[in-house]
Amino acid sequence: MSNEQRLQVKSVSVIYPGRTAREQVHALDNIDLTINRGDFVVALGASGCGKTTLLSLMAGFITPSKGELTLGGKPVLGPASDRGVVFQKHALLPWLSVMENTEFGLKLQGVPKQERREIAAKNLALVGLKDFHQHMIYQLSGGMQQRVGIARALTCNPAMLLMDEPMAALDALTRETIQELLLEVWQKTQKMFFFITHSVEEALFLASHLIVMSPRPGRITHRYELDFNKRFLQTGDSRAIKSSPDFIKMRETVLSIIYGDERAAEKQKEASHA
Amino acid sequence: MRDDTRIEASMSYGHLQRLAGAGAGLQRLFAKRGVKPGEHFGAPGQGSAGGIATGTVIALFLLWVVVSNSGWVKPIFLPTPQAVFAKFIQVSTEGFAGGTLLEHTLTSLSRVFGAFALACITAIPIGVMMGVSRVARGLFDPPIEFYRPLPPLAYLPMVIIWFGIGEFSKVYLIFLAIFAPMAIAARSGVRSVSIEQIHAAYSMGATRMQVIWHVILKSALPEIFTGMRIGIGVGWTTLVAGEMVASTRGLGFMVLNAAEFLASDVVIMGIIVIGLFAFVFDLLMRHLEKVLVPWKGKV
Repeated sequence: MSNEQRLQVKSVSVIYPGRTAREQVHALDNIDLTINRGDFVVALGASGCGKTTLLSLMAGFITPSKGELTLGGKPVLGPASDRGVVFQKHALLPWLSVMENTEFGLKLQGVPKQERREIAAKNLALVGLKDFHQHMIYQLSGGMQQRVGIARALTCNPAMLLMDEPMAALDALTRETIQELLLEVWQKTQKMFFFITHSVEEALFLASHLIVMSPRPGRITHRYELDFNKRFLQTGDSRAIKSSPDFIKMRETVLSIIYGDERAAEKQKEASHA
Repeated sequence: MRDDTRIEASMSYGHLQRLAGAGAGLQRLFAKRGVKPGEHFGAPGQGSAGGIATGTVIALFLLWVVVSNSGWVKPIFLPTPQAVFAKFIQVSTEGFAGGTLLEHTLTSLSRVFGAFALACITAIPIGVMMGVSRVARGLFDPPIEFYRPLPPLAYLPMVIIWFGIGEFSKVYLIFLAIFAPMAIAARSGVRSVSIEQIHAAYSMGATRMQVIWHVILKSALPEIFTGMRIGIGVGWTTLVAGEMVASTRGLGFMVLNAAEFLASDVVIMGIIVIGLFAFVFDLLMRHLEKVLVPWKGKV
């Protein structure tokens, strides 16, 4: 693939300043990561491991203290429409209808009404909301609102889709449906996906590339290449995949890494209190 | 002996029953008991108060009718409703203090709504600017916070010394009173936007101006509406102060003028007219709010 479709995180560190040197937080320490076109990268880790900081860097909301990020060879300096973001919640505009929310980005860019409606309608159909154009956001369930969030981010035709725990506020059943939907969207669009989650099962199921992060300072400790998502796209049977022996084995491996981190963090806390 | 005790016993039993009845009433107020399906257990003040409110209005009116007609108090302290209504007809047709009721009302309405319109086009943009820019906040916060709690009557003399006794001073005084609560409401409305909404807009290629116009301003609309309702209310309360000096027209002037002649019936009639206009306009604003910000309270 050409340089055009690649996000590179090069030796990036992020330090949140404090009043004293002791209060400084090393949110990310020397991170290297490359995301290619068609990669579904999932970042997994206990809270405080810097996953959200990493996503904010990619989105351009914060700039690194050290190192640099490039997209297609050009440095990432701020947010732009080539990187769409889907949030956990509260990101849709309640005064607009589903259609108006979805076409919002194109409207800001000055795309003529008919053209942007067509593109938005296509993406709403992609997430299964063909018959909900005129609904208001507050009339939709949580799962449907997240579908709108995905359609809205896709409508600007970004090279990359960044998702910050988009399923954390959903119930288990809806979560599974949206996971499957997301994989189908990924296959159809072939965009770079970067996805943050707490859930090991979700991470394993979605990722083509899984990075496991550990806190204080935030580092990538393990990297895996997985194919559970491709198996789902071939078979369409998510339960069979999630209950298969290799999935379960992988799940336990990753869980033990994360639990190890959490125990270490607890001990550190106890030590600092004592 | 035995019979006596039995009677005593039954009496005390009835007494107990009455106590128990009162107890049940109290229990409904204070006891922790599950509610009927469809109600929310523990929700404070639930249920409609409309019926009771109507009852209160009727009761107060009846009290007025009875007390004023019974001759217990002199009409100068409390005129009868009939007398007030008669004055209403008389002032509407013949006029009072150099103008009919309609002329007084139109003058006051134009002052209050003139000041309100002026406040809308200045206070809302300034409040929003204070919310989105620390420069604007630094510039406008000190003067607004300083004059906001002052009673308009305190700065009325200065307004007259600076701007004279014409129409402008009256409108300006009311405008000042409306401006502060409206600007503060717009400013705090800006805070009701979520950071995710702003981030999402920037990620879709929005410019800073587009974020302010399409995201922040819209999020602030419900609170701006609340500010407008509070503002117009303050406008009515400042009307009398505004019409105190060198007025020849207006409801506030009419009331003050009537007070000098101890014409209580005109005073009460004026108060009712002001109250009715304020109430009707508030209803209108509430309706407008429902139409224009239907998402309020649903997010």
